[in-house]
Amino acid sequence: MTSLFEEINEAPPADVPTRRVTITVNGQRRTVEVEPRLLLAHLLRHGLRLTGTHTGCDTSNCGACTVLFDGAPVKSCTMLAVQADGHEVTTVEGLAGPSELHPIQEGFRDEHGLQCGFCTPGMMMAAKALLDRNPNPTEEDVRWALSGNLCRCTGYQNIVKAVLAAAQKMRGETA
Amino acid sequence: MYPPRFRYEAPRSIDEAIALLQSGGGEAKVLAGGQSLVPLLKLRFASPELLVDINGLPGLDYHRVDADGTLRIGALCRHVDLERSTILPTRSPTMAAAAPLVADPIVRTRGTLVGSLCHADPQGDWAAVVTALGGSIVAQGPNGRRTIPVAEFVTGPFQNALAYDEIAVEAVIPPAKGTVAGGYLKLERRVGDFATAGVAVALELNGATVTRAGIGLTGVGSSTINATEAAQVLVGKPLSAETIGGAAELAAAAAQPKTDHRGTAAYKRHIVATFVERILTRVNGSVQKAA
Amino acid sequence: MTQALDEVKIGGLGASRKRVEDNRFIRGKGTYIDDIVLPGMLHMEILRSPVAHARIRSIDTSKAWEIPGVRLVLTGEMLASRNLAWMPTLSYDTQAVLATDKVRFQGQEVAAVIADDPYIAKDACEAIVVDYEPLPVIVNPTQALAEGAPIIRDDKENQHDNVVFEWQVGDKEATDRAFEQADVVSKLDLHYPRSHPSPIECCGSIADFNRATQKLTVYMTTQAPHIIRAAVALVAELPEHMIRIIAPDIGGGFGNKVPVYPGYVVSILASILLERPVKWIEDKTGNLISTGFGRDIYLHGEMALRKDGKILAVRMHTTSDHGAFYSDAQPSKFRIGLLHSAFSCYDIPAAYLHNTGVYTNKAPGGVAYRCSFRVTEAMFFQERMMQAAADDLGMDQAEFRRINLVRDDDFPHRTPFGFLTDSGQYVKCLDKALEAIGYQDFLKEKEEAKKQGRLLGIGISTMTEPLGAGNSREFDILGIKMFDSAELRVHITGRALLRTGAKTQGQGHETTWAQIVAHELGIPAEDVVVEEGDTDTAPFGMGTYASRSTPVAGAAVAMAARKVRAKARKLAAHLLEVSEEDLEWELGRFYVRSAPERGVSIQEAAAAAYSNMPDGMEPGLEAVAYYDPPNMTWPFAAYVVTVEVDPKTGVWDVLRVVAVDDCGVRINPMIVEGQIMGGLTEAFAKASMQYITFDAEGNCIGSNYMDYLLPTAWETPGFELHEVVTPSPHHPFGAKGVGECATVGGPAAFVNAVLDAIKDTGVRNIDMPLLPSRVYEALTERHDVSGAPPVRMD
Repeated sequence: MTSLFEEINEAPPADVPTRRVTITVNGQRRTVEVEPRLLLAHLLRHGLRLTGTHTGCDTSNCGACTVLFDGAPVKSCTMLAVQADGHEVTTVEGLAGPSELHPIQEGFRDEHGLQCGFCTPGMMMAAKALLDRNPNPTEEDVRWALSGNLCRCTGYQNIVKAVLAAAQKMRGETA
Repeated sequence: MYPPRFRYEAPRSIDEAIALLQSGGGEAKVLAGGQSLVPLLKLRFASPELLVDINGLPGLDYHRVDADGTLRIGALCRHVDLERSTILPTRSPTMAAAAPLVADPIVRTRGTLVGSLCHADPQGDWAAVVTALGGSIVAQGPNGRRTIPVAEFVTGPFQNALAYDEIAVEAVIPPAKGTVAGGYLKLERRVGDFATAGVAVALELNGATVTRAGIGLTGVGSSTINATEAAQVLVGKPLSAETIGGAAELAAAAAQPKTDHRGTAAYKRHIVATFVERILTRVNGSVQKAA
Repeated sequence: MTQALDEVKIGGLGASRKRVEDNRFIRGKGTYIDDIVLPGMLHMEILRSPVAHARIRSIDTSKAWEIPGVRLVLTGEMLASRNLAWMPTLSYDTQAVLATDKVRFQGQEVAAVIADDPYIAKDACEAIVVDYEPLPVIVNPTQALAEGAPIIRDDKENQHDNVVFEWQVGDKEATDRAFEQADVVSKLDLHYPRSHPSPIECCGSIADFNRATQKLTVYMTTQAPHIIRAAVALVAELPEHMIRIIAPDIGGGFGNKVPVYPGYVVSILASILLERPVKWIEDKTGNLISTGFGRDIYLHGEMALRKDGKILAVRMHTTSDHGAFYSDAQPSKFRIGLLHSAFSCYDIPAAYLHNTGVYTNKAPGGVAYRCSFRVTEAMFFQERMMQAAADDLGMDQAEFRRINLVRDDDFPHRTPFGFLTDSGQYVKCLDKALEAIGYQDFLKEKEEAKKQGRLLGIGISTMTEPLGAGNSREFDILGIKMFDSAELRVHITGRALLRTGAKTQGQGHETTWAQIVAHELGIPAEDVVVEEGDTDTAPFGMGTYASRSTPVAGAAVAMAARKVRAKARKLAAHLLEVSEEDLEWELGRFYVRSAPERGVSIQEAAAAAYSNMPDGMEPGLEAVAYYDPPNMTWPFAAYVVTVEVDPKTGVWDVLRVVAVDDCGVRINPMIVEGQIMGGLTEAFAKASMQYITFDAEGNCIGSNYMDYLLPTAWETPGFELHEVVTPSPHHPFGAKGVGECATVGGPAAFVNAVLDAIKDTGVRNIDMPLLPSRVYEALTERHDVSGAPPVRMD
């Protein structure tokens, strides 16, 4: 098995260093053999087939790749997969329960906080990191916390509404 | 988007890390936050043979004020720790002002102040701040530790004074002998932008008299600029419109900006002067209010 | 006693129906191009030129071939041997697929590597050695047209200069006569900079040629899959019925995903050669440096004015910078797109436009980025000229517009350039915007603030634009007329499948098209599934861009639904044992006029189509409609922005943004508002920070997100949205396009506001983006500030 893709059944050349790492992804322990240069985003997307996390730039600006790393938001394209050894990673696929959506997901749907959907997983993970820390953010807090995530479609206004609606729901308040 | 090949080690102790750097013979790089290094690897502007990941080294994620007032920031203290710090606003308003302006909130989760100083980006925020505060880097190598003042630590654009087998373990800000005051202003067109110009001002006061002053500039030269002449104008007297104006003018003169798509050299100098003036005027306002 | 369904409840027109697409997107279960994996798939990376203009002396790929995991290395020479090194563009020019003789812009495709994974492919690209012989570089039209300038397109047989075309429209004589009568002539010159749509998702394709079936399937980020199929059939010389283009979920288009890119073509060739699927996903640098951008046009305009404020005529001389290849996707008769739709909202008797298109050493393009075929340039220049003219007359900005706006009773209105605008209540929209912003109060506030040394400004932008290309008399791309289509099939239980020739990239077609069916047939929107993007199943359409889908494809949906309803009426008559003339229709139901309690639901009629047809009737209940729009639709917008400028730094902050949009009947108000807010953000971006420029060596400044700045949630202001509804008289349900309105009309409002704030300097123009450094220069040096390339980089 190669370090990157399961469907190509060729071993890498002998002089290519690989490393075995164990990462808890969405609550599940996954052990993989990877080249050190493999980006965490690529391991998630292509190695583990969790394609909800997206890549949108090459200078760590857009934030489409945002996941939670031990609960904190990180840009998974700016981290090597090997760095996640022994750590916990949460992706958008780990947001919802088996039968229900996370309030953040509901907020985005209810407030039209997405259009093409490409920035949305990263945006929601950044929002989750905010709400985990600050359950009662102001609009300013939300805009500040999401300023590392670019969106081209929505103009952000509905994204802010979505996060505030989610926060309200998570605090147990009715609208 | 895809880094070149390299070997990777994740040592568990500083000594192990140093030994790995030694074995690398100058072709190894330290990986801490990775928010500058990994992008360089992805764009293939760097191709080290060996990456030494120090994220597993214990006890380096601190920032604290010692009993004697020295502020110490460990190699794995993240920007976000400083942004959320409860001790920084009183211990160093200059640092507290800069922390939220570094990169963006997600990058701040991983990036480190010490790493940023080592990266020595001419547009980096922390180098200007630590320069204004007269800080130093503590480097550890096979022969023990040494302390390098930041002005000597940054030797050029993206160049630092570390030997190939040394790791920067700590940044040190000397104790303040008086009340601390200061600020950091950065002209960026949006969050995460390179600074068109950034100004760090750090003062110590005894009553209304300025006893120490430091002014660091970023984005206006091939590396961080220590505007010593500008800072000197402020020392030994209270702040006044005259000294503030003088400091602003000298700081602008000390800047060596280049004209580019962010603006002309003249404009950047003007921003330096304006920001120095704004920070000092605000500090002056608080000093007078306190009096 | 009516039993009509509640239209909003069933998700018909006017319902802010929650989006169907969201179900998968919020779960991270979208299928974007890079999510797709095919068995045996290989990965392709492109090697790009680091220089802007150079002869290629040699390309050495030997080291690349040696890297384990590399399957194929392609160069222009190899493509040339198969006649594939050059391909036709959508504007009847040719474009290099992989460079052969020369590279003509920084970032141009030079070679391609196909390998087991993209990391290896990138390693191999780095191992290719290219020997370039630099040539002089051209980065603007002045250089392009200068005496002795190097000929960029020396590959073309009859090309002796760097001119692509000259084009003119309007009545030159009548315009000149009007200028002779003018009391005041107002002039304005500006450069609308190169700007890139930059959706977050980059372009990509997966080409899969199956030798056993001889069928080529290409998954592709394309807004126009049928155009691509036609283009691929042309370029690859494969029979059209053996080509299948599938556009999956697309992470934003904005016009960037319309052109045919070399990467697509090379991936197809590679798949044919290797008999394996080949995936090509570009990186952001590749996207910004080489793919379809928008604008980069130099606009000179003059307005003939009567001293009471009436505009007598407008003339424009413009020069468009198309980069190294003329590859725009635009209607073939209009070589500079619909630039001549400028001033359509004003009652102006005469106008003339002349444009020169030039080649430069930059990426090819010009028509893209939510531009409605260069209408962005048209309306920006229009409103900038209006501001300058009002200032020249010493007249209030709002009043000057009010005097000249077309009146409500003057529709349909023939513009001096020959367009026919359909309907509007222009003055009402303007007045509504002014009331919302508190116009008179703000003017007072502005004066008060000035006394304290603070600079406040207010900017207005009003416009109507042509959306819904377009009628077959005038519109075609590569000769194919610009109709669109819908195919509706109603199943036995009254649920339905709808397919159209459009392709959504975030506009919410899966949600909104179903709402049209609900409106026409009373079938609840949630009972209609919508599919787009697969050329094997979708009826032929020209794709989604230039805000054409609601006007054209949406109309086709309505027409198909009406055909279905017509047949359902026959079935209902049969079931009720009456004649068709005895029936009335209310939402969801046919009933007997003389006995209204006797009726048949649309679902019952559908069931009958399969189980109880009248004699002689063909079973089934479905219809296809191809819609050739009789005219464009003409939404109107009034945008007003207030700002404060820091006189010491040139930094400006937005205080408020008010938008009044009249796009006729709104299918889904929530989605319409989302489109407007997205467009206003792009307007703000272009006005404040976002542009691509070039230094004297042709280096592209703005080829990554550190230099090409998109605003974040922190800088982006909030938006106050209002609506007016003036239906389009010729659209089946009165809708007009809207997706691009705010990007078209918005930028001028921001720019006009900043210039208003610094009005005392006498500065007439600062080119976008209004960077703090430019505003400061205007403030202190009191002259216009240009942003045209080359940018000085010391």
